[in-house]
Amino acid sequence: MDKKYCTYICTGCGIGEALNIEKVAEAAKEKGYDCKIHSCLCSEEGVEFLKKDVAEGINALSIAACSRRVNFDIFRFDGCVVDRVSLREGVAWSRSRVDFPAPTEEQKDDEYFIDNIQHLAEDYVRMGVARLEKITVPVPYKLENFNRNILVIGGGVTGLTAAVEAADAGYNVTVVEKEEELGGYAAKMRKQIPMGDYSKGLVDPVVGKLIEKAESNSKITIKKGTVVARIAGQPGEFVVTFKKPGEKIEFDVPMAVPEDQRYDEKGNPLDVDQIRVIYDKINEGRADVLSIDPNGEPFAGVVLAAGWRPAEIDAEKYAYLGVGNKDVITNHEFEQLAAKGKIVRPSDGKPAKNVVFIQSPGMEEGDADFEYAGSVTSMVALKQAKYVRDDYADGKAYVIYQHMRTPGLMEDFYKEIQQDRGIFLTKGAVTEVADNGGTLAVSAEGTLLGNDVTIKADLVVLATGMVPATKDNPVVNLAYRQGPGFRDIGIFDGYADSNFICFPYETQRTGVYSAGAVRRSMTIEESTEDARGAALKAIQAIESANRGTAVHPRSGDMTFPDFFFQRCTQCKRCTEECPFGALDDDAKGTPKPNPTRCRRCGTCMGACPERIIGFADYNIDSIGSMIKSIWVPSDFDYDEPPLRILGLVCENDALPALDMAALHRNSIHPYVRIVPVRCLGSVNVIWIKDALSQGMDGVFMLGCKHGDDYQCHFVKGSELMDVRTYKMGETLMSLGLEEERVEQFEVAIDDYDKVSDMINGFVEKIESLGPNPFKGF
Amino acid sequence: MSVETTAPAGGSILVVGGGISGLTTALEAAEVGYEVYIVEKSPSLGGRVAQLNQYFPKLCPPTCGLEINYRRIKDNPRVKTFTMAEVEKVAGTPGSYDVTIKVTPRYVTSKCTCCGECAKVCETEIDNEYNFGMNKSKAAYLPHEMAYPQRYVIDPSIIGTEEAQKCKEACKYNAVDLDMEAKSFTLKVGSVVWATGWEPYDATKIDNLGFGRYPNIITNMMMERMASGNGPTEGKILRPSDDKEPESIVFVQCAGSRDENHLPYCSYICCMASLKQATYLRAQYPEAKIYIYYIDMRTPGYRYEKFYNKLKEDKNIFFIKGKVAEVDEDDNGNITVVAEDAVSGEKIRQKADLVVLATGMQPTAAKAKPNADLKISEYGFIQNDFDKGGMFAVGCANKPLDVVSSNQNATGMALKAIQTVKRS
Repeated sequence: MDKKYCTYICTGCGIGEALNIEKVAEAAKEKGYDCKIHSCLCSEEGVEFLKKDVAEGINALSIAACSRRVNFDIFRFDGCVVDRVSLREGVAWSRSRVDFPAPTEEQKDDEYFIDNIQHLAEDYVRMGVARLEKITVPVPYKLENFNRNILVIGGGVTGLTAAVEAADAGYNVTVVEKEEELGGYAAKMRKQIPMGDYSKGLVDPVVGKLIEKAESNSKITIKKGTVVARIAGQPGEFVVTFKKPGEKIEFDVPMAVPEDQRYDEKGNPLDVDQIRVIYDKINEGRADVLSIDPNGEPFAGVVLAAGWRPAEIDAEKYAYLGVGNKDVITNHEFEQLAAKGKIVRPSDGKPAKNVVFIQSPGMEEGDADFEYAGSVTSMVALKQAKYVRDDYADGKAYVIYQHMRTPGLMEDFYKEIQQDRGIFLTKGAVTEVADNGGTLAVSAEGTLLGNDVTIKADLVVLATGMVPATKDNPVVNLAYRQGPGFRDIGIFDGYADSNFICFPYETQRTGVYSAGAVRRSMTIEESTEDARGAALKAIQAIESANRGTAVHPRSGDMTFPDFFFQRCTQCKRCTEECPFGALDDDAKGTPKPNPTRCRRCGTCMGACPERIIGFADYNIDSIGSMIKSIWVPSDFDYDEPPLRILGLVCENDALPALDMAALHRNSIHPYVRIVPVRCLGSVNVIWIKDALSQGMDGVFMLGCKHGDDYQCHFVKGSELMDVRTYKMGETLMSLGLEEERVEQFEVAIDDYDKVSDMINGFVEKIESLGPNPFKGF
Repeated sequence: MSVETTAPAGGSILVVGGGISGLTTALEAAEVGYEVYIVEKSPSLGGRVAQLNQYFPKLCPPTCGLEINYRRIKDNPRVKTFTMAEVEKVAGTPGSYDVTIKVTPRYVTSKCTCCGECAKVCETEIDNEYNFGMNKSKAAYLPHEMAYPQRYVIDPSIIGTEEAQKCKEACKYNAVDLDMEAKSFTLKVGSVVWATGWEPYDATKIDNLGFGRYPNIITNMMMERMASGNGPTEGKILRPSDDKEPESIVFVQCAGSRDENHLPYCSYICCMASLKQATYLRAQYPEAKIYIYYIDMRTPGYRYEKFYNKLKEDKNIFFIKGKVAEVDEDDNGNITVVAEDAVSGEKIRQKADLVVLATGMQPTAAKAKPNADLKISEYGFIQNDFDKGGMFAVGCANKPLDVVSSNQNATGMALKAIQTVKRS
């Protein structure tokens, strides 16, 4: 791209009052480019002023005005690269002229007078120009073999709903179901909890109609008795190998090296090459992730709706509940019994007219429900209590719960069940289920009927939970170097859930979205809604791949990582660290990028020691040049040169927090230069090394919370940077620099009232350490 | 960031309400490639969640996700937003609706740079609605720090006064337009998604719980504002009558919910909300005693149960199954809560410095019924009729839900809307 540069300085909103604008403009012109000044760039006249220049050929604009979070739309010009220099929030509103006054008339010509805020603004415009020189307009990545087919794994209510909904939006869908019949668990139920209107009482399972709809839809292909052996490739051009359950084939997916095999005998972590040896060994006989099945079928997006299995009951742990007795069964077994006909005792086939439903195991479990339970478990108990009443006019059902979990409108169903005179509902802790020779006796304490109650029962039903299919098996079988399943499933108890409240479909495997009971224990209504959401996300990933743009959170971003492979040393760090498994390295360790799996966080760029990865508008050089263009005064310039501190801040949360702080006019020390980054994961330590070797006195990073409740929008970014910072400390010490000169802080977006103190505290610490000894070299 | 700007052809979708559900439906549809309008009645987007300090169970700030969503709007030319706008009327059929929209004057135009000079000169103060009237704001104001659009508002109460004139004169950018009038216009859209959300149930109606009579009885939403750094107390939880640091706090669950005289249904979120608020209190007051009176602790599922279990480890949080019958206040502002333990049958009299009513959610449509061909339940929730299609309700306009489920529901409803406009 042949660039014509110009910097535009806005003097509005206090910028003009805070600074000597002429001198700022001189700094912008240092490289021989033009610079223009306007009193209000965001006004109609201001925008016209810019448009006129663009029409006359300016295509690299540095707009030195307000934060880039403001006026995002009016400063967007097709075919141009635009940089936003934050003179308003970044300088005028956040650096105090009370503490750092502008020079007086007499001081104006004093060349030893240090105007720290003016220096900052001059650095910022230099940095803007430096960045512009290193970026270009991105060209989106287009797939060669694009298709629009959606694969749905699981033919239960969730999977079928996803299929029908996606087909209704015009997409071809294939449903794979490992069983020989469609419908999953819902097809085996007697009755169903109503959907939407809970006052209707029990209804016939909706799954029958859903199966008909799916089977008669010409856009839907159904493969029964089939599972996914592997999904290779990337969104928009996945290649899927199917097989019969239990079959062993060449294209079975390669497995990841289990965590316990990643350490030597002494417990030290193995290096990447050693792990690779184990990887190759455990995957012997399986085609590598990079070899594509010639008979595989093309898909573009995936919905994982693999459902659940009934939780097993620990007979030893729950011996006091009579587990082992034929007439003590789980809610799942009860449902099967009820689907067959009238409810009878498994032991002797006699009518089960008195049934006790136990919601919580009690004793040492306190008031908790059984494992993997949810509100669905409460709802099912109420439903099953109704079966008893439907079967026997003189039947009695008792539900003993700790907490009746029927949230929201489900309460209506609970209230309706309460109206039934043959259903008794009470809070209570079950202490024993005893066999009194033919009949059972359920004892409970702390009930609403009295402190110690014993109920005679023909049958006892335990409300066990729903174990997600992903707990036992990756199911999706992705042919990804990082492994076949969803990552971090451990922190979700095996569920394929999202860690984000705001973004329930956030996935570390782009284009693959889970729904239904693999995500959480859910009712049919909840699963239906979730299925629609997952189908939409799959469609969205497909259309985004087709346009060559990223999906959430950098939705619409047209850049993608570009690799300069000649200099790759096969260290595998990018493959290992990518939160989205976008890279699959080959036998040598050279990464193969899969751009449509990529979410553009830049973690690979941060990880790469050879600095060969970059984006059109964000790369090692663009940030590196910004840092290098910061003027670092030394004692050649001043007797006591002012310090220079670099802040690399996450643009998702820390940058808005800084903008909010500026809105409150919370002051930050003018020694500090802020450089926004896509995510701390993208921070390459070379930037920090460069800053220190050019004499800057300290570097800090502001990033999101990490750990199990991480807030990093790219999952691992701040955590990875924390590790890099830690390792950096050793390097600094070897150079004779204090490790305290580099520090990472955790900042949430609402910490705007704390972020200034955090930064100023760091400045004070650096001041006490004294200037960087390398200054001036 | 570099973004592509070409939108494929297709009918457009109107989303009524710019809270978390509406934003989700709008953005998810727009990112497939459809043109979307968001109509929001307040001056800024974000809805109820913008007033929350943290989300349960992750204890993360809602503004974090809102900021990402605002950025998605900024980067997506297919999304257009109207604030201070309400739907007056919907005419037409699925695939082809004419929607009349009324915009109330903001008295500040898009020329606003958010410099704040108007607020600086304005002396008149009004109740700060964002903080439920617990403090005042200037009559020329930015709704809150994170407000999107980042644009000031001039309260109609000062229009025609010298104050307003002063604001106009203070604006260097000619962004104050005191002659602005309400206007209506019509949008042609293929599908309408109702994301009109909820309002906190009016606690003054629950006579026996003393809200409005005793200052130290607050609602859970007021607690959210108090705990927020940008709230009336800058994040410090203090009792309103005398700014005392509370040593004992009572949470009254189901304040108005699961109650035939008020909201017969369960409001879904209040149990988790109170547990979350107990963590706010614990962070500020390590020794405070916290009493939670409940009917059932509705913390279902692996994530919520874990959160509840963690709080149960706190020996100074007491869970009592029992409904609060009445409250009383002594001369020092201390509250006595009278309840019956549902298990032991004992009558409890609990003294507390501060009482938090876990009030529930009432759908906005219960009071302001949309002028459109919709099925609305007796509670005021908009019911979905998928056979008829065309218009859909999402999030808490449809039923009481937490944020995660609202967003699942709202994402799926983007697909229903797309199916409608795709056919037309």
